[in-house]
Parts: sequence; C-alpha cells; structure tokens
Amino acid sequence: MQLWLIPVLPLAGFLINGLFGRRFSKGLVNTIAIGSVALSFAWVLKTIFALGALAGVYSEHYFTWIRSGVVDIGCDFGVDRLTIVMLLVVTGVGALIHVYSIGYMAHEGGYYRFFAFLNLFMFFMLVLVLASNYLVMFVGWEGVGLCSYLLIGFYFDKKFATDAGNKAFIVNRIGDFGFSLAMFYMVKNFGSLDFATVFKQAPGAPEATLTIIGLLLMLGACGKSAQLPLYVWLPDAMAGPTPVSALIHAATMVTAGVYMTARSWTIYTHAPAAMSTIAIVGLATAFFAATIGLAQNDIKKVFAYSTVSQLGYMFLGVGCGAFSAGIYHLVTHAFFKALLFLGAGSVIHALSGEQDLRHMGGLRKKIPWTYLTMMCAAVAIAGVPPFSGFFSKDAILVAAYQHAPWMYWLGTVTAGMTAFYVFRAIFLAFFGEYRGDKHAHESPPAMLIPLAILALLSLAGGFLFKVPEFLAPLFPALEAPENPTLVAISVAAGVMGIALAWLMYGAKPALAESFAASMNGLYTLVYNKYFVDEIYAATVVNPLVGGSREVLWKGVDVRLIDGAANGVGARARNLGSVLRLMQSGNVRSYATWVLFGSVVVIVAMGIMGGLR
Amino acid sequence: MTDVPVPISWYLTLSAVLFVLGVAGFVFRRSVITVFMSIELMLNAVNLSFVTFSYQLKQVNGHLFAFFVMVVAAAEAAVGLAIILTVFKNRETLNIDDVDSMKN
Repeated sequence: MQLWLIPVLPLAGFLINGLFGRRFSKGLVNTIAIGSVALSFAWVLKTIFALGALAGVYSEHYFTWIRSGVVDIGCDFGVDRLTIVMLLVVTGVGALIHVYSIGYMAHEGGYYRFFAFLNLFMFFMLVLVLASNYLVMFVGWEGVGLCSYLLIGFYFDKKFATDAGNKAFIVNRIGDFGFSLAMFYMVKNFGSLDFATVFKQAPGAPEATLTIIGLLLMLGACGKSAQLPLYVWLPDAMAGPTPVSALIHAATMVTAGVYMTARSWTIYTHAPAAMSTIAIVGLATAFFAATIGLAQNDIKKVFAYSTVSQLGYMFLGVGCGAFSAGIYHLVTHAFFKALLFLGAGSVIHALSGEQDLRHMGGLRKKIPWTYLTMMCAAVAIAGVPPFSGFFSKDAILVAAYQHAPWMYWLGTVTAGMTAFYVFRAIFLAFFGEYRGDKHAHESPPAMLIPLAILALLSLAGGFLFKVPEFLAPLFPALEAPENPTLVAISVAAGVMGIALAWLMYGAKPALAESFAASMNGLYTLVYNKYFVDEIYAATVVNPLVGGSREVLWKGVDVRLIDGAANGVGARARNLGSVLRLMQSGNVRSYATWVLFGSVVVIVAMGIMGGLR
Repeated sequence: MTDVPVPISWYLTLSAVLFVLGVAGFVFRRSVITVFMSIELMLNAVNLSFVTFSYQLKQVNGHLFAFFVMVVAAAEAAVGLAIILTVFKNRETLNIDDVDSMKN
C-alpha cells in the first residue's frame, strides 16, 4: 500500500522548496507545496478505497529502528479507522489552508520559507498520525512542535513573535517530559512501545501502573493540546501568520493530544482515575478559557481562547469515555475553527493588518463573502442545529451527563459563553458602523475558495461525516441514551448566548460598556486573562531565570567551570615562565643542560639497577 | 721483558679522561673552533672504548661502530665547519657567547 508515501510527499515538497525555493518564482513554490499536499491527500483517498471496510489494523513495517535487550522498536506505520479520520482531516484541511496561504502570504517576505515549513509540518503531523508505536508517534509529536516554533516565530524580526515561539517550545517541553516518562514506564512494564503489544497487555496490568502511565501521557497531551495548566502558549502563538494559527494551532497539531488520548483508550478505560482527571482538566479548561474569551479585543485572541476552550471540550468527551465523540468534535472543530481563523485572516488581510475588534465594524457590506463564511463557522461553533458543531458538542455533553450531571451543566454554561464570545466578535467586526480608518477590500479567490469549502463542511459536516458510527467498531460502546431534554437545554444555552451578544454588541452597543463598567473588578480580571501569565512569571519563570543567572551562570559557570579552565591555563603559564629561563640562547648553557640531563639519566639508571 | 698486555682498564681510563676533557672543553671554552674540536675529542674517546671492548671480546661489532662514528664525525665536521664559516661571515666573531639569537 506504500503508506510511507503519505508523509514523504510533503517532506519532498519541504526539501525542494527549502533548498531551492529562494530561486523559484512564487508560482512554482506554491505549486510544489500545494501539489505535494494534494498528492498526499489523493494517496490517502486511494489507501482508503484500497483498504475497503477496514475492520482491524493494516500496518506496514519498514525497518528496525532500535533493538536493545527486550525492546524492539521498528519504524512502523499503521492504519485503522481512527487514523483514517485523522488523515482525512490533516491532509484535507491542510490542503485547503495551503491554497488559502497563496492569497494571504502574497505580499509577505520569506514566501518559500513559509511554504517549506508548512510542508515540513504536514510531514511530521502525518508521521504522528500514522505511527503504530509510541516512539514513532513521539518523533512526529516533537516534529510538529518544532514546526510550530518555526512558524510562530516566522516574523523573526519581531521580538514578540520570537518570544511567543520560545514560549510555545519551552512550555511544550514540560508536556513532552511527561510523554517521555510514560514511554519509559511502558517499556519497563510492557517491554514494548507498539500499540498492539501495549494494548494487549494493558488489561492485565495493575491499575496503579496504568494510572501512572495515563497521567503522564495526559501531561504530554496537556502541553500539546493547550490544557490547564499548560495552555499559556497557545494564545501567544497567534503571533504567527494566520494560516499557521488555522492549520497548526486550531485544526491539527493542537488536537494531537486528543488523538493520542483516544489512541490510548485501552489504557484509560482500565485507569478510571486518570480518565476522570482528563475529564475534569478538560472541563476546567473549557470553562476557564471561555471566560477569558468573553473580553478579548484582538480577533485572533478571541479565537485562540476559543480553541483552548474547544480542546477542553474534546478532553471532556474523551475523559468521559466518549472517545468517538471527542474525535467527532475534533473533526468538526477542525472545519469551523480553521474557517474562523481563515476568516479572521481574511478580515485582517482586508484591513491591511488590523486585528483589534474595536477598530472594525460594519464590514459585512465591504467583505460579504468573508462575512457569510464566518457566519457559517459561528453558527456551527455555537451548536445551532443542524450544523456540524451541534452534533459533536451534544455527543460530548450527553456523555458528560452520563458521567456526572454537574459536568453537563458546566459544559452547557460553557457552550452558552462560546456562542456569546464568537458572536460578539462577529457583531463587533461585521455589524454597526465602521470604526477604523483603513480601506477594506475583499480577499482574492485563492482565499475565498477555501473559505467557501470549509463553510460547506462546517454547515453540513454533521450529516456528511458520521464519525461516531464510523468509529463504533474501534471504541467500547458507551451507554448514553438519547436525551432530547439535555440537547434542547444546551441548544437553548447557545441561542441565549447569541441573543445576548446581539443585545450587547449588535442592538445596543452602549450596553456592553455599561455592563463592563458595572462589573469593573471582574472585567479587569478577565480582560487580563486572570493574570495567569503574570502569576507564572512571578512563581516559575522569574525564579528560574534568576536562579539560572545568579547560581548557574555567575556561580557554577563563571566560578567553577571557567575558573577551572582558566586556572589550568594560568598554572601552565606560570610553569612556562619558570622554564623559559633555561632558554638563554647561550650555547654553552645548553651544553651544560645536556650534561646535567645525561648525568641525571645515568644516576637514575644506576639507582634503578639499570647499570650492572 | 715478557709481553705483558696493557690492562683493559688503562684503555678505558684513557677513554674516560679524554671524554671528560672533551666535555670540559665543550662547556667551558668560548671559541667555536675549540668547542668543535672538543666534540671530536668526545667522539674519539667513545671510539676508543668501542675498539677496546671489541678487542677484549674478540668481536668485530665494536670496530664497525668505530667506523660509523668516524663517518658521522667526518660528515659533521663538514657541516659544522660550514656553519662556523657562515657565522663568522655574518657576525665577525668566533666567540660562542655572542651567538645567542635563540635567546627566549
């Protein structure tokens, strides 16, 4: 089946564009980049048709990577139904965002560099998804982190962009530390990292072991998927170009944690404590991030916190045992959140770089296509039936109710807030009077066509892709009875959120300000994101930086290491300054030294019995 | 008078005396030519011991070594004298203490 072609095609695109792209025309660069991803997508489709029903796992072994003692790790790719879903999302949405980037990046410097990194990201993401053992997955996992870093810091001449890239990379290290420990623990207990072997042995393992592994994997997922307490990097990651935010920080990379958790479902179903922790972390993140999203003024920040919140939803689903619902939400979220970001990118492009909602307004007449498509995404994310977000969100909420009713209620409140902040952004940007001073112009077709396709997917994704049915053979069945009341309540919450947003930002704009003024303390707290960055800076970052500077640098490095190196040099110089007195230049003194030396040698030989 | 062979220790003593004279000349004299001759003296002192032992042990190796040393000494004399001539041309002195450009 040649599964390796799927990731290798974008890799080839990366190599060609990365090595020679500087000399290529823009047309050639994007032909190579988009062509490689499109071919990869085509190969995924071909694989799906060739595999047919795909009841089990189809896997390919390429070579043995590491063999040491009992551990035998190969470079293996495998495809099952979960992989298929992920492959379609990654290559499909990825290809659309590549097309969009033609328009968005047209006036930017480093054009070839951008597309090369984007292709490299596709390669690593596909490796992550296709891997059939944890180590190969980890390769992809680290690789996407690298590409995320490279693309967040794409505008490397801007300090905030490089800082954001560093932040993303460093915060992810914490999560990856958990992932690595989980792998070590798996090797210790199961003697393997292969999914098949590990999952076969997992049911027989002690619950404590599985709980530890599950929690460590969750730490990894929290880093990658921006969950509490490691979510702080994602909002800052918006410093990158908007297509990057859409592709990496909304649709694909950040969902890797959810995918990994769903992939490890056998471990989690036998470790209920770890699963509950995931559900609670997810719910807390969903709620917490949604409250922050209520008061942000940067259009990309609103959607960034929305992404964190929606990822929390997916974790909630996965943590409640509704793995297929979590993946379902992953898929629909990829559609509507990519669309929201791309739409935001289109708005930003139209306004030549303006991101502040306070300087927008009334844009629906100026950029009607962007407005229409973003509206599709907004109703999808708000959970309005029968659009895609409604199906996946309610699958999660119903499962949450089954798990614990309070989780359902908190999730429903979050759903209401989600609808509110998304429509707040829409109303602020597209309705009312234009408050900016730049000339708005509609985006080129290269940007509008992907928007239109994603809009269709956001609207109809719930009907077109019955992900839970498709994944049913893979995951354990969850007894969640149909419950129309719960569905109605959550839909009502979404609609109320929309209505409230309309009231405050559409109908009577003054209402929002008076409301904010009346709740001044709370508003300040939320507006400043609960000062989480400041708290982290005070409790973790500054002590670490200070300790590194005062102890490690000025103490250990300067005193100990430099001191040792310089000390050796200084001793050698002292010795040399004594010894060089011998070099008088006087031939007879040299002769004396020779004589002295031979006498010493003869005497030494005599003492040691060399002379008979 | 019967033929009493000269005892071997006499030869060796002579060799040692010559060698020490050579060393002394090498270390204490200031004329380059004298220093050079002292080196020859040391070489020949060693030659004398070689030949003595060769005679004593009834083996030809010592003679061979002696010839080798002579050849080397001849070659060394040629090179050494050339160096001395050049030094004299450049510096107009044969005092070895003045030839100290290797200092430090």
